[in-house]
Amino acid sequence: MINVSKLKEGIVIDHIRAGHGYKIFQQLGLDRLDDVVVLMRNVDSEKMGKKDLIKIESNLDLNLEVLGLIDPHVTINYVKNGERVNKVSLTPPQTVTGILTCKNPRCITNHERITDVKFHLVDAHTNQYACEYCDVRTRL
Amino acid sequence: MLKDKSLIAPSDFTLEEIEELLRLAERIIQKPERYADACRGKLMASLFYEPSTRTKFSFDAAMLRLGGNTLGFSDPNTSSAAKGETIADSARTIGKYADLIVVRHPKEGTAKLMSRYAGVPVINAGDGGHHHPTQTMTDLLTIRHYKGNFNGLTVGVCGDLKFGRTIHSLVTCLARYENVRFRFISPEELTMPAFVKEELNAKGISYTETTDLEGSIHELDVLYMSRVQRERFISEEEYLRLKDYFILTAEKMQLAKADMIVMHPLPRINEIATEVDSDPRAAYFEQVRYGMFVRMALIMKLLGAQEPA
Repeated sequence: MINVSKLKEGIVIDHIRAGHGYKIFQQLGLDRLDDVVVLMRNVDSEKMGKKDLIKIESNLDLNLEVLGLIDPHVTINYVKNGERVNKVSLTPPQTVTGILTCKNPRCITNHERITDVKFHLVDAHTNQYACEYCDVRTRL
Repeated sequence: MLKDKSLIAPSDFTLEEIEELLRLAERIIQKPERYADACRGKLMASLFYEPSTRTKFSFDAAMLRLGGNTLGFSDPNTSSAAKGETIADSARTIGKYADLIVVRHPKEGTAKLMSRYAGVPVINAGDGGHHHPTQTMTDLLTIRHYKGNFNGLTVGVCGDLKFGRTIHSLVTCLARYENVRFRFISPEELTMPAFVKEELNAKGISYTETTDLEGSIHELDVLYMSRVQRERFISEEEYLRLKDYFILTAEKMQLAKADMIVMHPLPRINEIATEVDSDPRAAYFEQVRYGMFVRMALIMKLLGAQEPA
């Protein structure tokens, strides 16, 4: 069992579905942070069996839209002086712009430079989004 | 009010707006000459980035019969697209000349993109395998013209249900009306895709799936035939095996109701034997005519043209 000390100041991203931690780590650009960041994978969880967990020793402004896209079931705990001061639960955003790209090779968005393509949530269960131009479903 | 709207997907119009459109189309059918000057002085740009003589003729004929004029191209190599102009810039430019843009393009979503920049109404005349809403409006007008309304109809769709864009649009559009039932008739390899069936399931709409045209034809009010498209198949062998899976013949028509209608988006290949053409229930060539009338109605509505007194 690996022990990681309790966070005094920062953010804990908890209840990440096992296997999704690295994706979140990458998408949030945590590898570019100078602060201490710990990614724990396959941690035992009563609720989930196995889960991933990220601890960040920094009060950075998290992109909740990206988090909601990857895994809307995570919880975010903000820690101050060793105590949790705020807990945020996520819901998948109804519409996202600038994060997803359409996977349909026949979609015009892959042939013209369109920077503000909207994707609308079509299935909250599977976290799937539809391209506003071609309706093809995609997910992060 | 449909004035200044664009038509990109059939779902862009409410049922009330579709009704408004179909009613005008029916008035035009009654007396087309009355509308000969309805769009006098108006200009329609028809931009065909891929060839489609049939659809282009239908739109051009519709505008000309309304007294308007058309300009455009049917070969993208003759347009500024060949010089690398973006769709957005083409839309901005052409929107300065024309009062209305009709566009067909092989890439999905192009018509929607044009509608964002054109500043004038845009009609999607087909964007790849995505939408072809005026075909759907044509089909609705045809069914309503023959059947009076959509309520209680049993609609059979037969052939390539997997890749048939017009069929997906028609089924999902008819599903917005009450009490329409569907019979999906196709080879097992070309069944209706899950996204269409999911939509029907969510609305509690009744449908059955079968490979047996002869066994189902007797219960149908409308039989919508479609061709198996060669370009959808990687294997020529597979295409050849499936292309003649269903052939509607005079013999099969004997099993159908006396007032069933047969529709087809055309062109047909082998799926309807030519002997069926003389059957009064064969509606597919009339469907072409209704396509022009519904496009006349659509052009008038989007331009806000006054109905002649």
